[in-house]
Amino acid sequence: MVDPARRHPFDAGTMLIVPAVLLLALVFVAPLLWFFAKALASQGGPAQIVAYVATIVTSKAVVSALILTNWTALLVTGLVLLISYPLAYTLANSRGMRFTLVLFCVVVPYFTSIIVRTYSWMVLLGRNGIVNQALIQLGLIDTPLTLLYSMTGVLIGMVYVLLPYMVLTLYATMRSIDPGLMRAARGLGAGGFYAFRRIYLPLSIHGVLSGSLIVFILALGFFITPALMGGPSDVMIAMLVERSVEIMYDWSAAAVMSLVLLVATLVLYGVYYRTTDVRRMMGA
Amino acid sequence: MTAVEPGPSRGAIELRGVTKVYGNERVVDAVSALIRPGEFFSLLGPSGSGKTTTLSMIAGFVAVSEGSILVDGADIVAVPPQRRGFGMVFQNYAIFPHLDVFENVAFPLRARKLAEAKIRERVAGALELVRLERFADRFSRELSGGQQQRVAIARAIVFQPSVVLMDEPLGALDKNLRYQMQVEIKEIQQRLGMTVVYVTHDQEEAMNMSDRIAIMNGGRIEQVGRPVDIYESPASVFVARFLGEANLIEGTLGAASGGSAELQAANGLRFRARSPSAPARGGAAHLFVRPERVTIARADAQVQTQADGALNQTRGRVVQTSFLGNIHRHLVEIAPGVRMTVDVQNSGGGSMPQPGEEAALSWRVADSVVLDG
Repeated sequence: MVDPARRHPFDAGTMLIVPAVLLLALVFVAPLLWFFAKALASQGGPAQIVAYVATIVTSKAVVSALILTNWTALLVTGLVLLISYPLAYTLANSRGMRFTLVLFCVVVPYFTSIIVRTYSWMVLLGRNGIVNQALIQLGLIDTPLTLLYSMTGVLIGMVYVLLPYMVLTLYATMRSIDPGLMRAARGLGAGGFYAFRRIYLPLSIHGVLSGSLIVFILALGFFITPALMGGPSDVMIAMLVERSVEIMYDWSAAAVMSLVLLVATLVLYGVYYRTTDVRRMMGA
Repeated sequence: MTAVEPGPSRGAIELRGVTKVYGNERVVDAVSALIRPGEFFSLLGPSGSGKTTTLSMIAGFVAVSEGSILVDGADIVAVPPQRRGFGMVFQNYAIFPHLDVFENVAFPLRARKLAEAKIRERVAGALELVRLERFADRFSRELSGGQQQRVAIARAIVFQPSVVLMDEPLGALDKNLRYQMQVEIKEIQQRLGMTVVYVTHDQEEAMNMSDRIAIMNGGRIEQVGRPVDIYESPASVFVARFLGEANLIEGTLGAASGGSAELQAANGLRFRARSPSAPARGGAAHLFVRPERVTIARADAQVQTQADGALNQTRGRVVQTSFLGNIHRHLVEIAPGVRMTVDVQNSGGGSMPQPGEEAALSWRVADSVVLDG
């Protein structure tokens, strides 16, 4: 079946995306390619480039940064999911004032500068920060906890920054679940937990997958929060790229590491695209 | 246990002054009813009459503000919905979209932790009953509305509940399919001997399926009875208007005697009608008579307006006629602003009075009722 309105390859719809495509090509794709080509060409011919890439990718610093980056992203994704699921559920099943309040709390940080939010956490979590002082005053601890400049700090900061992405993704999925289904499950003899496990969880699992992928992808390339809140050993791949350029002036190494990060992101994005496509096919 | 009782013995529901208050509004107001085991009982009323809220309270989805609900003698008001053990069919079917037909129907059994072999046997039986054996591995999006409805019914009866609650289950189907499903639901209900509490706003549906109907209005039950009793002897003007076509002639009550009373209508018209209650003389009332109980003839003969013996007679001018297939419908003005509808069975013969002509109307006193208000 040929839709006459869609036959021409350059119809109005196609023309509308041309500016966006041009912009992306000019300010993102072209500089990126130029950067990769220039940085790698300085190493010599194709054989030398392959050898160089292999050295960088297998170097101790890059391998440990990659492991740490993936591990951190995984932890962050898990924690964000744990916090977001009940929050999104509340949001999807609230109306009026409660809905507005929860949405406000989730969305407002989303529009606030990431640096402002990270510094706020530093004030809260520092050695003499509000959290430690409160805990000491309450007599729960004797010596301040190392919340800042550690993995704990990185996790707290990243979880906080990435929370809205997960909440909003889950919310969109949960909103489309017919509340009558849970009611039907209860009415047909299922207890609360059984109904959740058999009905609600499977119906919201696409949101869980999409949200987790988004958060994981964003966490992989995180720079500001780990740089400000992490300890000296908490070096993630994006920080390593920055150090190569800023401190070592090693543009070639930075290019290789960026490439690794870019490829990983694109692969995950491909997975994300497929899962959301499947969701549309399911009509959920 | 040797003797098997004839007919169902479980599934009696008693509503005792069941009330639901939202804010200041009594959405359901002191509803009492006794639903017998194996009975097909409908709650019929316009939207906002409280019928769905009443059903939701029986189901356990809505908390009861006052009163109690007894099932086989035990108060279930404090029991959560999943432990009430009712089968349920919902308005939009509520088929689980991620489970196939088999798993949908198996859901109540799995929730009750039955053995796999037992589940297969029961689901197969339920699917056979609704004639969906060949659709076990389909998903709801691959089914028609009628098929989804059948899945919902199979799921509601698969665990052999003694009571099944149905909330406007046929609302989304087109007219022909709806009638067919009414017959099927009724058949299944009779075969399994279960009590069905059925909510609908469709009077034809309620009449077609129910053993008894409760007509609801403004959160209260206006009348409970067999369809034929409610149709022939409505207890109020609301019921008369709501169930079927009705002529309601306004007037004031005159003398009452021997179970009938006189009604004085506009323009000096006087009629007699049955009067089951003993209404106050001089009070406002309506005379009720069904359009098909009124006889119409061309007013060639000398006809007098009178309330004589067992027959009411009057005359009027035909305003409009319409042909509805099985009946000819006439709209006749018997006094300024007082119009009556008269239905004549289409039996193929006879000439009907035409618009503008004078016509003579008559109906038996026994076919009309005086209603208060």
